Amino acid sequence: MKYIQLIGLTLFLTGLLAFTVIPFLGEYTISEAIVLDNTKDIHQEKMKELLEPMYDKEYSSSFSFIRELNQRVDDYNSELKAESNWDQVIWDDYSFPLAKASLSSPVQNHPWLFLFVSIGLTVLGGLFYNFPKFKGEPEGIKNNGIFHSKMKNRGWLGMLTGSYLILFYVILYWFPAYMVNLVWMVEPLSLILSGNSASQWFLYGLIYTLAILVMGVRMFRKYRGNRYQQIRTASVMFFQTAFAFLIPEILVLLNKPYFDFKNIWPLDYSFFYDYRIETLTSSGAIGMFMLIWGILLIVVGVPLFTYFYGKRWYCSWVCGCGGLAETVGDPYRQLSDKSLKSWKIERYLIHGVLVLAVVMTALTIANYFSAFSFLGNVTNQLHSFYGFAIGSAFAGVVGTGFYPFMGNRVWCRFGCPLAAYLGMVQRFKSRFRITTNGGQCISCGNCSTYCEMGIDVRWYAQRGQNIVRSSCVGCGVCSAVCPRGVLKLENGPEEGRINEMPILIGNDSVKLNA
Amino acid sequence: MSPSKHIVILGNGIAGITCARHLRKGDDNIQITVISGESKYFFSRTALMYVYMGHMKFEHTQPYENWFWEKNRIDLVQDWVEKVDFKEKKLRCQSGKTINYDQLVLATGSKPNKFGWPGQGLKGVQGLYSKQDLELMEKNTESGVKKAVIVGGGLIGIEMAEMLAYKNIEVTFLVRESGFWRNILPEEESEMVGRHIREHHFDLRVNTELEEIISDGSGKVKAVKTKSGEEIPCQFVGLTAGVSPNLDFLKGTELDLDRGILVDHLFQTNLRDVFAIGDCAQFREKPDKNRNIIEQVWYTGRMHGETLAQTILGKPTPYKPGVWFNSAKFLDIEYQTYGQVPADWDESQVSNFYWEHSSGKVCFRMLCDSDGRILGVNNFGFRLRHEFFDKAIREQWSGQKVIQNLDKANFDPEFFAPYISAIQRKYAEENNITLKISKPSFFQRLIGAKL
Repeated sequence: MKYIQLIGLTLFLTGLLAFTVIPFLGEYTISEAIVLDNTKDIHQEKMKELLEPMYDKEYSSSFSFIRELNQRVDDYNSELKAESNWDQVIWDDYSFPLAKASLSSPVQNHPWLFLFVSIGLTVLGGLFYNFPKFKGEPEGIKNNGIFHSKMKNRGWLGMLTGSYLILFYVILYWFPAYMVNLVWMVEPLSLILSGNSASQWFLYGLIYTLAILVMGVRMFRKYRGNRYQQIRTASVMFFQTAFAFLIPEILVLLNKPYFDFKNIWPLDYSFFYDYRIETLTSSGAIGMFMLIWGILLIVVGVPLFTYFYGKRWYCSWVCGCGGLAETVGDPYRQLSDKSLKSWKIERYLIHGVLVLAVVMTALTIANYFSAFSFLGNVTNQLHSFYGFAIGSAFAGVVGTGFYPFMGNRVWCRFGCPLAAYLGMVQRFKSRFRITTNGGQCISCGNCSTYCEMGIDVRWYAQRGQNIVRSSCVGCGVCSAVCPRGVLKLENGPEEGRINEMPILIGNDSVKLNA
Repeated sequence: MSPSKHIVILGNGIAGITCARHLRKGDDNIQITVISGESKYFFSRTALMYVYMGHMKFEHTQPYENWFWEKNRIDLVQDWVEKVDFKEKKLRCQSGKTINYDQLVLATGSKPNKFGWPGQGLKGVQGLYSKQDLELMEKNTESGVKKAVIVGGGLIGIEMAEMLAYKNIEVTFLVRESGFWRNILPEEESEMVGRHIREHHFDLRVNTELEEIISDGSGKVKAVKTKSGEEIPCQFVGLTAGVSPNLDFLKGTELDLDRGILVDHLFQTNLRDVFAIGDCAQFREKPDKNRNIIEQVWYTGRMHGETLAQTILGKPTPYKPGVWFNSAKFLDIEYQTYGQVPADWDESQVSNFYWEHSSGKVCFRMLCDSDGRILGVNNFGFRLRHEFFDKAIREQWSGQKVIQNLDKANFDPEFFAPYISAIQRKYAEENNITLKISKPSFFQRLIGAKL
């Protein structure tokens, strides 16, 4: 068993190494044809002229190639900017498509081989490592050694992992031209699924889905004997694979708009952007259906499901961000900050993001109906600010890259505007609560320690108070780790749900609010 | 405004701290000082095992953030009290500091029992109660320990075994009774836990008593010898044969002591303005016919603290505990109990219903009196609702009514196996009655665990 895990670890690290090395392969040679193929009509003439000195020269590294390419465009742009000639500036970033088309590397000739050696081996290794986990041990809580671990307690392994993730996200969002080799590797798979050429987002989607699946297996092993955890994990694995990854690609194959049926505004902050509305409204009946479906989820789905089941129906059963947090992020759940101070920061931040998303969307819609006459520029600026600061930096870099530093729900807790919306419904109009079992609590602190949302569960449990908190995603781990059977996630009547002045059972001498 | 009086609480465990909190809730003006040598801040000692096993850090065992005490003006003093001068109302601390009080609450807790076994003072031999014990255990098991012996099969014993297993130390478990915790648990439950202990590869020896602990010549433990003469080599010995009130520093004073500090139902000692609560207190008379004169569980400490605070605040409140309950966890098996389920009972007076799941890890027992009214329940491997049984036992429900409504007592997470219906079926069968068996919901049937 140990040997299989050791083999798994070796395979995983080999695959990771390959994944890290592959971007450095190959040479880059740009030509006029490439420039014409990959730039918009309005930029073609200019780009052709700007990049002419680079034609048919072989660049042996992505660094020299991309640096020169960007330099030429930047020089041209800064001249225009200095003259305040804003209309002529080339705002589009062509570095990714140009680099992708200019590359000639062994990856293009053997994409499947490279895919197998990198992502394939990490997946295989991960499965080899996870399947035999806790074999031969009785079912039960498997938290031994977590705070003695270099990986799970902000040790050097955790720091290294976090840094790698952050680097990956920075390249993915802002320097994708450096990962064109990796994108070529998944080109044939993309062609099969959607019929389209692969982008960095297809690569990311594939990795994301596989990560949830492999670490989902780990969850099955870790929470053997806990049906709630197992079903919940199966659910996020399913929704990620089918709804977030496969169905949108297949829709494209069928010439329909790319659409993730479970993504909801304002997490899906660009849902009301004009280009997306245009796509949906120009795609016939199915496009209209998608538009209405998306709006129905916002105005009916969220309040209704949250009323009956709490926000867990989305956050820890359906959502993609939640799916990653609950599988890949599970080893880091204990790192969330439980202090009262962090709760205060959380409320300012998450509701701030919600307000920003709502204002931005309102402006977008106003613009759409006023044919872009109303604050058109401000809206565009807002879009790019939100996309950069919230969509990429917060949700991606901090949201996932900070797992090993601040726990697995940094984005969900401090930033996600949909979580804020779901949370308001959960707090004020829902049947969901976590109940505490009379006087059984011994204040041990397992529940608080393992709450990924940083809720001080014990504070409620030891005074017999129901836990009704907007941030609770209903993962159920507090209940799982409780050694005395104190916590239970329940849906029930609203009456008595919020009991701010609870009385602990057991002491007949005096009835006291704990 | 200067404080109306100074209350000093000796001990910052659950009893002392709860008393301090309720004093502050009830009176903004009194001065409250809590003294403890063990740790500055209140922590949950029941969680010490989790610190050892890396489930938590020590700071996680502290139920309140550090600013809480200052905010509530509860002064914390970390020091050991060496002597109490009851006449002068003065405490002398190890650091040389003296502290005056107007009223004194003794909440000094327990210490592990040591019954004068030869070799009990050797290096590598210890109990587990305090933070210092945990630190000692971490030191004692840091290296060179392959085998350990635990003496006494109770709650701390099994915790210690689990802790040692985390460090891959082989554990032999010496239990004086015929089964694990058999002085508290009925036979089947004791057997169940025993099986589970063996499933975790512990060497459980029942009907085995310690004779002596043998030194390796340098003052360290090398083996233990049992009463039957067997020698078991080991490098660590855990003494977990219960705990007793911690009051050595009070011996020889004018305070009335027996096994614990003697108190009445208002927690008053024989001395004016001196009270005792928690593990260290011993009631002169039982607070209730079903209660012991020394109560040593977490929640009784809490209830003592709650109750005494009222008395000190000027509302004399006699201690009246409600229906007994308790819980524990034996490795992976959770245990809860409500009401009275003794280890053995008189079959002519008490009727017994017992159900066990085929896995051998889940069971339910209910005892009723001769009129069929519920006395108490034990449940292992699944969770039941305190509120339900508190009501049922208080209102003396018939056993049948309890079983009929048992689905309302279910406290297991969603989608867990429907043990309740299995219990109801067996009860109906045994008593030849028809009961409405609780039906699981649609989702439960679709994706829930099966029996």
